[in-house]
Amino acid sequence: MVPLPLALPFAALEVGQHLYWQVGNVKIHGQIFLSSWVVIGALLTFVVLGSRKLDRDPRGLQNLLEYLWGYIRDIARDYIGEKAYRDWLPFIGTLFLFIFVSNWGGALIPWKLIHLPSGELGAPTADINTTIALALLVSLAYFYAGLSRKGFRYFEYYVEPTPIMLPFKIVEDFTKPLSLSFRLFGNILADELVVAVLAFLVPLIVPLPVMFLGLFTSAIQALIFATLAAYYIGEAVHESHH
Amino acid sequence: MTSWLLLAAAGEPAGGLFDLDATLPLMAVQVVLLTFILNALFFRPVGRVVEEREGYITTSRAEAKQKLAQAQRLEADLKQQLRDARQQAQKLILAAEEETDLLYRQALAEALADANASREQARREIDSQRETALGQIRSDADQLGMLIVNRLLAAS
Repeated sequence: MVPLPLALPFAALEVGQHLYWQVGNVKIHGQIFLSSWVVIGALLTFVVLGSRKLDRDPRGLQNLLEYLWGYIRDIARDYIGEKAYRDWLPFIGTLFLFIFVSNWGGALIPWKLIHLPSGELGAPTADINTTIALALLVSLAYFYAGLSRKGFRYFEYYVEPTPIMLPFKIVEDFTKPLSLSFRLFGNILADELVVAVLAFLVPLIVPLPVMFLGLFTSAIQALIFATLAAYYIGEAVHESHH
Repeated sequence: MTSWLLLAAAGEPAGGLFDLDATLPLMAVQVVLLTFILNALFFRPVGRVVEEREGYITTSRAEAKQKLAQAQRLEADLKQQLRDARQQAQKLILAAEEETDLLYRQALAEALADANASREQARREIDSQRETALGQIRSDADQLGMLIVNRLLAAS
């Protein structure tokens, strides 16, 4: 914790502080799980409320759910392709919704009102563990998608169009999760930091435009993550025409 | 501001920005679970409803198109029938008019012929009666002449 000259209750900077929970003989970041449970709880509440009475004539929240479903389906269908997108729609959709609700929850829920002994609550996606977990899931997903759909022919992808591509494609398998995780982590953390620094310097009004910008970039990051995940899966299941 | 950077770089056991620990796998498990829950609660049911509706709309539209085509066919058919009926009626009217005209002419001609015939007959009758009457008168005159002659001859 940086010792701040003016310890305002809503404008203190804490970075890299975690609330550690001991589970068995490993440590986990408690604040990340707390906020992710709030986020998941909100998401599930919304989904359960909206899908209680699904009808052919949609009313109320069902409209919003159907809009979201259509939006996610369009992403999945555009990038994965007509044949395989149904299997991966829930995964892409969960990534999008979880990241989106996490990012917006981090910005919109007044976490500061809840005081933790160490660390602070915030967007779960502002922690590198979460973003790496999501990115590794995407890596597993596209490997699984390619192998389950094409078997070992999946590895032909590495030498197409020419075997010269082999090293680049192998490097890509490492850069994909790296870029995915660091892009999300960096954007969300930077957004939170900028808002925190501005709120620390000028507590009133001035941080508002940056907060709106943050909401915008948060939404964009969720879209980018979901779109790239869909693209990687689509690339893995794509049948090249010989 | 530098102290937290140092904190992250120093890799102090408790803390840091890049502090990887068991949060990572647990979060992954949590997200996978969330995927299955959301699939059961959201993606599958909502997808079913949306796709059912899309199917319903497609079939309804196809049915409506079919019905429209049928209605148009019927309309054309009926129009054709109407046109035929009109033409038929027109033809009938023309035929009837011609027929009445013909009948009228025939009746007129007959009546004229009748009238001519009866006039002719009447004239002939008058002529013959006049002939007979003239013959009668002539014979009567002859007789009277003879009588007068005879009387005169007898008297003298």
